[in-house]
Amino acid sequence: MADQVHLQRLCSQVRRDIVRMVHGASSGHPGGSLGCTEFFVTLYFDLLRIDPTRFSVEDQGEDLFFLSNGHISPVFYSVLARRGYFPLRELPTFRKIDSRLQGHPTTHEGLPGVRVASGSLGQGLSVAIGAALAKKQNGDEHLVYSLHGDGELQEGQVWEAAMFAPNKGVDNIIATIDANGQQIDGPTDEVMPLRDIEQKFAAFGWDTLLIERGNDLAAVQQGLRAAQKRTGKGKPVMVIMRTEMGAGVDFMEGTHKWHGVAPNDEQLETALNQLEETLGDY
Amino acid sequence: MAKQFTNSGDKDTRSGFGAGLLELGRTNTRVIGLCADLTGSLKMNDFKEAYPDRFYQVGIAEANMMGIAAGLTIGGQIPFTGTFANFATGRVYDQVRQSIAYSGKNVKICASHAGLTLGEDGATHQILEDIGLMKMLPGMTVINPCDYNQTKAATLAIAEHEGPVYLRFGRPKVANFMPENQTFEIGKAITLREGKDVTLAATGHLVWSALEAAETLAQEGIEAEVLNFHTIKPLDEEALLRSVSKTGALVSAEEHQIAGGLGESLAATLVRRQPTPQEFVGVNDSFGESGKPLELLKKYGLDADHLLQAARRAMSRKA
Repeated sequence: MADQVHLQRLCSQVRRDIVRMVHGASSGHPGGSLGCTEFFVTLYFDLLRIDPTRFSVEDQGEDLFFLSNGHISPVFYSVLARRGYFPLRELPTFRKIDSRLQGHPTTHEGLPGVRVASGSLGQGLSVAIGAALAKKQNGDEHLVYSLHGDGELQEGQVWEAAMFAPNKGVDNIIATIDANGQQIDGPTDEVMPLRDIEQKFAAFGWDTLLIERGNDLAAVQQGLRAAQKRTGKGKPVMVIMRTEMGAGVDFMEGTHKWHGVAPNDEQLETALNQLEETLGDY
Repeated sequence: MAKQFTNSGDKDTRSGFGAGLLELGRTNTRVIGLCADLTGSLKMNDFKEAYPDRFYQVGIAEANMMGIAAGLTIGGQIPFTGTFANFATGRVYDQVRQSIAYSGKNVKICASHAGLTLGEDGATHQILEDIGLMKMLPGMTVINPCDYNQTKAATLAIAEHEGPVYLRFGRPKVANFMPENQTFEIGKAITLREGKDVTLAATGHLVWSALEAAETLAQEGIEAEVLNFHTIKPLDEEALLRSVSKTGALVSAEEHQIAGGLGESLAATLVRRQPTPQEFVGVNDSFGESGKPLELLKKYGLDADHLLQAARRAMSRKA
């Protein structure tokens, strides 16, 4: 298991990257990005069996990750860069002209680490399941991971995919829901209540498990490791991960208001004062 | 110089797809079949039975099918999705756009029951906008073969082509006149009949109607050139220009809305490179309705008679 202290330091640095990128672009989605920092750091620096130096869109026989809620691209880009997929010096090009770091992730500009475009919500689970089927076709024992927003579950395609995977024995996938209870227009309970997500997926035939503290590194590690152990048993695995939107920056925490808003200069300074620069800013 | 084409017996284009897919199952282990509860209609049953491990029944869930197909390509598979043209395009346009076209995925979107000739099911299923929808997507290849033999050949050819493809075919049994075991060249129009007075450029089921119209015109001493534009995108602009340079008049013909179809692509080429009088045989901004295929083609102006009238109009407008 990776060194806890190092992972904590990474989380702090990734959060700095997120708020600086969104500030630099004067647009982007800091809230969900901050909330999923522990998840991304755990995945990319502890769990995934990957080799960033030989990335190709086509699967080379390694673990795969798909981001379905593509708007949290800041955390994805920061973690990909810090994991060595592309140079850190590209992070400030986020959302700017001629950049590989589009507002929402895409393969179109050839950014290493991205295997499908996402942004229009609800499509990533199907794609991840397709990649998992391909692994079975190819006799590849590696796993497929994916991340989805909870608001995203309001898209119908998610439930088409949810119905497919258990019925076809796709047991080499670990999908995670970022259950932060927020979406653009407000709390999910006000916009369109999701009710019991875990029960819903269980009823569709998924093996589900809950990570109650999704912004606690050890809890995320433990939860995802438990999820790994449940693969290969005939059922797809769904992790419901409770997080706090905006986690790590006090004035952004727990509110939908920072879903898709960039901090101004003063707010950036306040945020950075709460986040230690551990590994050097880009 | 009329090269004669004979109908070797009516056959449906969808069966050409089924035959092609079955052959691909044998020759290319990367080929995967996916179907959204229309296996019989798409003629995918033979593939399904011969290669059950490479066939996925996804149920009535076309959006999911498109996403799964995109994901399969990441492992190097070549997925062929099967459903009706309406559900392969309009219903899942955003999935095709984001997960397949923008993501550059090697998915073959195979679509049956296109156009009016699916008949009695009516306008809910008779999509007449699919060519337009698909040709607008950057990087998407759009193919609409004319008969059984050509649909089979196209099915084989698209497996060898790297990139997303929309393959459009239909339900009814129609004339089968293209050579068996032909080589299908994506993006190359085929001159079926040479002539100097007017060009008839058709795609899909209307290619045979164009040949019929050319026969009738020949009896009046008019030499019509007939081009089979099986590929709408990329468009064979040079074949078009060579022909209209000679004839000076064009009729486009397709089982599709005039807006967004082959005729529109041809017109866009001509207006830029060689302005030429053109008449359009296609559906004029309306939905279809229930009826028999031939009744519908007649009512909506898509038969050989309408091609004839359009040819005369186009010729009368020559400078």
